[in-house]
Amino acid sequence: MKLLYFAWVRTNIGKAEEELAAPGHVQTVEDLLDWIATLGPQYAAALDRRNVIKVAINHEYVEHDHPVRSDDEIALFPPVTGG
Amino acid sequence: MIKVQREDFDIGAELASLTEGKTGIGGLASFVGLVRDLADQGAVSVMTLEHYPGMTEKRLAEIEAEARARWPLDSVLIIHRYGKLEPGERIVLVATTSAHRQAALESCAFLIDWLKTKAPFWKLEQGAEGAAWVEAKASDDRAAEKWKR
Repeated sequence: MKLLYFAWVRTNIGKAEEELAAPGHVQTVEDLLDWIATLGPQYAAALDRRNVIKVAINHEYVEHDHPVRSDDEIALFPPVTGG
Repeated sequence: MIKVQREDFDIGAELASLTEGKTGIGGLASFVGLVRDLADQGAVSVMTLEHYPGMTEKRLAEIEAEARARWPLDSVLIIHRYGKLEPGERIVLVATTSAHRQAALESCAFLIDWLKTKAPFWKLEQGAEGAAWVEAKASDDRAAEKWKR
């Protein structure tokens, strides 16, 4: 799956996007966030405030119980602050 | 109409284009958002607006469609900039036109309230103290909440 990171999620992880192959037990957004947090200290730091992180799959907002698929584009970002 | 762009915009020209050649429009409402030099963290010298190309346009189009479903509007215009901006620079223009002022004024307020909580933009403020991502405000969530149906 393709992961995109924005704002402080991006600056904590240190990259804007990457292709990741999640293990089979990663079925939902919640599972994905749990797994990403184990990829290294910078990932753990980015997901420290995981309950506030917004998730979009293929440009649509989803809740943390939404299923994830290997061909999804999944974006993780803080609450938006435009306007 | 949705425009997500780095460049500045000419407010007069943009607003004039919404009513040009149309005589059935009774009112045009607009909102312009600007970069302020004072934030929660102190003085701001530069603000950088990041966005999610592709999703940004989709969410703004969805917000426009929602406004059109709620009010009888002729035109809807949303221009939102991204990139590096200095205090005093324009960030966003929202404008609506309708036969009647109430539809134009209400939908304009609705659009900016919803945009602030739904469109994927993020502000990074830089000042003497360093750089900090702007935190989402509960007051913005409440402003959007009041339009819920």
